Order: sequence, then C-alpha cells, then structure tokens
Amino acid sequence: MSDKARDGAFDDWLDAIEEGSGYYVECENGHGWLPPRRVCPDCGSRDLAETPLPEAGEVATFTEVSVATPQFSADTPYVTAIVDYGPVRVTGLLRGVDPDEVEVGTPVGIGVGERETTGDRAVVFRPR
Amino acid sequence: MSHPRVTGVGVTHFGEHSERTGRDLFAEAGLAALDDSGVDPDDVEALFYGNFMGELAEHQGHQAPLMAEAVGLDVPATRYEAACASSGAAVREAVTRLRSGEADVILVGGSERMTNIGTAGATDALSIAADDLYEIRAGMTFPGAYALMARAYFREFGGAREDLASVAVKNHDHALPNEYAQLRKEITVEDALEAPMVAEPLGLYDACPITDGASAVVLTSAEYAEEHGLDASVAITGTGQGGDNLALHDRHHLARSPAAEKAADEAYEDAGVGPDEVDVAEVHDCFTIAEVLAIESLGLYEPGEGIAAARDGETHATGETPVNLSGGLKAKGHPVGATGVAQIVSLTKVLTGDSPWSDDVGDARVGVAHNAGGTVASATVHVLEVQS
Repeated sequence: MSDKARDGAFDDWLDAIEEGSGYYVECENGHGWLPPRRVCPDCGSRDLAETPLPEAGEVATFTEVSVATPQFSADTPYVTAIVDYGPVRVTGLLRGVDPDEVEVGTPVGIGVGERETTGDRAVVFRPR
Repeated sequence: MSHPRVTGVGVTHFGEHSERTGRDLFAEAGLAALDDSGVDPDDVEALFYGNFMGELAEHQGHQAPLMAEAVGLDVPATRYEAACASSGAAVREAVTRLRSGEADVILVGGSERMTNIGTAGATDALSIAADDLYEIRAGMTFPGAYALMARAYFREFGGAREDLASVAVKNHDHALPNEYAQLRKEITVEDALEAPMVAEPLGLYDACPITDGASAVVLTSAEYAEEHGLDASVAITGTGQGGDNLALHDRHHLARSPAAEKAADEAYEDAGVGPDEVDVAEVHDCFTIAEVLAIESLGLYEPGEGIAAARDGETHATGETPVNLSGGLKAKGHPVGATGVAQIVSLTKVLTGDSPWSDDVGDARVGVAHNAGGTVASATVHVLEVQS
C-alpha cells in the first residue's frame, strides 16, 4: 500500500466533524473523551457511547504560536486553542478571528480545515 | 530503612556541542561520576539510562548498552523514557532496586544530543511528547502547550508576563557562577519582556534553550558505602512518581500539575519530611510558568501563590527557599534525557557545600528534585538529605 494508512478512529472522527456530525465518547458517569476509548480513564467504566458534540464550545485557553514545527512552518503565526465542550475538551486551530480579539470564553464552532504547510487535515475552530 | 547514597556525580558542560555524539557526551559524564565516587567500576551492577529523542536526533535506538560500553562497563543496561523526566524515572528505578537489596551499586545517568538537528528539528522532536493525533496535528508545540497552561493560570489565579520574567531573571542570575551552565548571562525583566514571542504569552526568555549534554550519578546502598569507606553524606530518602492523561485537554486542571503533586506527596511521605522542611529545590523549569507550577506542586506554595515567589525574591539564593541554584533548565540548559540526573548532581553539590552558592544557603540539609515529562503527564520527585 503506497498511501499512508488511515488512523482509524481519529480519521473517522475528523470525517464526522467534516460532515457536521462531530461526536465524543461518554461513559455512563458523564466523563467525555475523544476516540478511540475502550475504558474511561476517570472511572473505569467500559460502557462508552458516541455522543454528539454540542454546537458550540468555549475557548478555555489559547496561544498564538510564532515558532512552529516544520509541519506548521508556513502556518505561523497561528492560534492553537483548547475548547471546552462541557464533558470533553478539544485542541484545534482557531481561525477567522484576530488573535488580539480572542478571549477565554469566546464561543466557537468546530470544523475541519487544511494545514497551510502540508495540506493535511486539522481541527479548526471558528467564532460563532 | 537504609537509604541509597549518592557517592559520585558527573556532568558535561551543558551547551551547544552539536558535533559531539551522544556516546561521547555520556562517556565524559559517566566516567566523571565513577571517578568522583571512588567505586571500583567492577562493582557496578547495572546502568539505568535516560534518553528521550535519540532516534530522531541521532537515528540511534537501543542506547543503553552503547552507553555502558562507552563508560567501560559490561553490565545490564536499560534505557528509561518518560519524555523530559526520563532520567528522573531512571533514578527512581535505581533507588527502588537498591532498597530491595537486589543491587548495591548502580550507575544512573542520561544524555541528549539536540542542537545537531537545529531549532526546527528539536521543536519537532520535543513535540512528540504530546498526543500526536489530537495535539500535534492541531499545531501544538512544547512551548505552545506551556503557553496554554500559562494563560489558564493567569485566568484562574492572576499573574502577568512580568512575574514570569522574574523567574527567568533569577535563574539566569543563579547560572552565572555555574561553569557547566549554557546561558551564563545576566538579564533584566525588560530584556525578557522585549524578547521575541515563541508562543504568546511566552517569549524567548521564558523558554529553556536547546542543549547538548550528559549527566551521571553513582548510587550505592548505604551498606556498600560504609563498607568501602566512601564519602557519601547525601542520601536519597524519598522517591515518588505521578502520572496523568497525556493530552493537556484531558486534564482536570489546566493550571496545575496533579502528577507532580502526587509524586511530591509520595516522596515526602517516603522520606518522612514535609515541604516546610525543604531547604533547597531543583525544579523542572523548561518554561518559566513550569517553575511556578512546580513549586506549587511541591507544596512550597499554595496553588496560585507561586507566581509571586521569584518576583519577591523568595526563591533566589538569598531568599527563604532557593529554587534552581544551578540556573535550572532555563539557564543551565535542558539536554532532555540528562536533566533529571543533573538535578540530583546539582542538589548533591549544594548539600555537600560544593556549589558556588553554598555560602548563601548555609547549612542546607534537605533538598528536593522535581522532574517533569511533557506537560506533566509524567513526574518524579526525589528528596535528598544530608546524613549525620
């Protein structure tokens, strides 16, 4: 096989976000995680179910990166953020907003975009 | 319990040695530690060795036997990898082995060659300590991750870039007399604030440099040290290790490091000492905010109060509890796999009166070493005490 193999559950998850039906996995006790998970690291529950991601999350913290790895060199400067969706948090690129205008608590939606340097897919948040 | 003794220490100069191979760096540190210990090399029973990115920097895996050979030892040798806490983990394993009575003499060390692959290459190599799928592919870098923590800290507890700059100023000051340190240069708060941004709110002077170097210690059982009349007044009396979810977004706290809190609790209980008895600390300040999180995890400060420690002079050599008298990772340098053992080396020197700052810290008797991996998904803490 010449093409790079898919990263199973991760690429499935990106596909779902691209189609507007993003999800996370939640255990019976309400702990949320990104796939794949066979057991909840918090409580040990193996009863995990795919649950739709809420429409909007809130920026929990963010940074404007100026010095990147070679895989992101042409993307700089760019903003990476951790977004809080309640039971689960997601890390992604934050686009469509002036970095000086971003604040903790800014509501954002999730999608998939291209990394400028490599063209690879990445999680992209945009203000809602 | 009989506590393992630090009987010999050795480090290379930490700095840019891009043309020196890992095996050459480790041979210098390992032989220095063996010579310093007075232990017959034939008595060494194992090498526990820390290294993080040897595959990426030197295309060299399976490094432990290579390093044993480099110091002239024909012993079982194992590499420990816990990102930047690799050699802290190796120390912990050696302490456990010595306590069990399964061994009496172990060489513990680490090395890292980094500058040969350049800043971009090293940034890339360091980033693999994070979650590749869910963090690196979202542009996370190592400085970026600590920037995310710094902003979360400011948001939860307050603090500003000036406070972080004070950590850098202090550690640069501490490194001035350290002949093994990479950055022996005095800086001001203004210098730090005006430096280029790496990942906002962290600038160049909030970050440790990229470093080549190696470190080693000879650890022996107390019985062996006594039988052989070794000069070994410093014992490792407490060891602890904590873990956490790998990705920062999966942590319960973005502005705290629970793995280090667990490691510290375990190490203090093991040693039978409390944070109020600590005289000096060497902590994992890969970024200035990391020192703040570290001193809070160690219980030297309550959560939210460590941010002011450097600014108020409390963690300077002349303060109440000096932190990173070596210059820390920030100014001494951070050859990743060598850092945990280098902290043991630095503390041992302070506790034996062999540090340039010994006159300032008087009769320090209890030291604590805090070594963290990634965004603190791994942490080890060791308590060192002068034995009377």
